[in-house]
Amino acid sequence: MTTTIPIGPFHPVLEEPEYITLEVDGETVIGANFDLGRVHRGMELLAQEKTYDQDIFLVERICGICSASHSWAASLAIEDIVGCEVPARARYLRTIVHELERLHSHMLWVGLAGHIIGYWTVFMWGWKYREPILDALEAITGNRQHYAWYRPGGVRRDVPDEIWPNVLKIIEEFDRKTDMLTGAILDDPVILGRLRGVGILTKEDAIAYGTLGPTARGSGFDVDIRRDEPYGAYSEVDWDVIVQDGCDCLAVAVVRLLEMKESVKIIRQCIEKLPGGPIDAEVREVPRGEGCGHVEAPRGESFHFIRSNGTNMPERHKMRAPTFNNIPSFRPRIKGETISDALLIFAVIDPCYSCTERLAIVGPSGEKLATSKDLLRLSHEKTEELRKNS
Amino acid sequence: MGAMNWGFKKSLWVFHLNAGACNNCDIEVLDCLCPKYDVERFGIKLVGSVKHADVLLVSGSVPRKVVPQLVETFEQAPQPCAVVALGSCGCTGGIFKDGYNFAGPVDKHIPVNAYIPGCPPRPEAIIDGIVKLIGKL
Ligand code: SF4
Repeated sequence: MTTTIPIGPFHPVLEEPEYITLEVDGETVIGANFDLGRVHRGMELLAQEKTYDQDIFLVERICGICSASHSWAASLAIEDIVGCEVPARARYLRTIVHELERLHSHMLWVGLAGHIIGYWTVFMWGWKYREPILDALEAITGNRQHYAWYRPGGVRRDVPDEIWPNVLKIIEEFDRKTDMLTGAILDDPVILGRLRGVGILTKEDAIAYGTLGPTARGSGFDVDIRRDEPYGAYSEVDWDVIVQDGCDCLAVAVVRLLEMKESVKIIRQCIEKLPGGPIDAEVREVPRGEGCGHVEAPRGESFHFIRSNGTNMPERHKMRAPTFNNIPSFRPRIKGETISDALLIFAVIDPCYSCTERLAIVGPSGEKLATSKDLLRLSHEKTEELRKNS
Repeated sequence: MGAMNWGFKKSLWVFHLNAGACNNCDIEVLDCLCPKYDVERFGIKLVGSVKHADVLLVSGSVPRKVVPQLVETFEQAPQPCAVVALGSCGCTGGIFKDGYNFAGPVDKHIPVNAYIPGCPPRPEAIIDGIVKLIGKL
């Protein structure tokens, strides 16, 4: 007999909330379905009713964790229409903030993954190490999140040189902590047992489903906008794209852990090379035309398309965030796995906290079989069992 | 307010409902629980079900599709339960108030006891809001 498990009803952790129903046969998951739209705020129409300057503040609020990515992508799209050259200092400053965002986003994910497999220490550590990054962002941009940092043509504020030694200190410290955490995670037989070979997404599937970001790179699909279509200062600094061929949850975790080290490398070089000069190429008006901008957000490519009719508001503003592509890849990943791994596999695509709090298993007639707590408990029990046997 | 006072004298358990938030408000709520701010010292704790909660923390601009769930969650909460609207979105709708799918803000659907503005409110602001709420009740 198949049973249906709804995950949701709303998972508004990101701009694409998910309502997922799992079909299970006993312990084994045989299928998954999606229903989106619970955090639909009418972004695209709102963007068309605001001026270009106001738009940047709006797209920042698409998602709390990727606010730098969206505002940068929208700025790139506007600059594409105007055809203006962004000053070097602005490009470097933009890159620094973007990479700091990636650091805190990946660390947040590490913490959540730890929480799901029942390692509270990993959760607390991850979130503790993340705090100094937010302090650095606050020192640079003035806010912990939603930086209001990007604007068409450049960045909004200049930064005094005195703050860089402190920022460098923070990221060096973060780098050491990441090493320690990476070592601790990859040495732990129980964590490895929970991650290795679980939730396989083959390279063919990764390409067929159009996955992006670490989800794709964990399956050996080598795609990274930062390298493929360089923007900002990425072509002027030395860094590597991390690709893993494992195709399982472990591979995605390793991609994220190693990517943090690359981000630290990028930030360090950007601070060292930071040129002087203006921070803004003033954009006075936006001519008729079309433009697009894409950046590599922590979860994959963020894409913005803007069509201008010569007024001060866009005629069309289309946005697409990476999770939209990544969600469907949950389907091939989950097939044949057990319910106790479902939460983990879901989190591998994308951090999802609210959803884990709002899970319920219901039978075909609608009676409640288990709640989110039970699912989390199942996941924790599996870890305990592995711990005992190892 | 006798029963209220008695109910809120000890540890406050908080249920956090994300009603169409951009995610940042929620992250800041979690930040409060982490080593730097650690509100569990004061007995403030996030719980997984509203049925265990003293405080219902609602963030987000409340899109139409979420309204039934918001109201249902509030109805399931054991009374007395204080409701806190979190963030500019939760308080007024913020930047989303002109959206066609906007059905909020929170106080249009359920009674709200405290508002914590900010986009996102800093963890200090959230803690301050909760403390003021305790004082007010
Ligand atoms: S108030 Fe700001 S941070 Fe909070 S959900 Fe709304 S847009 Fe996001």
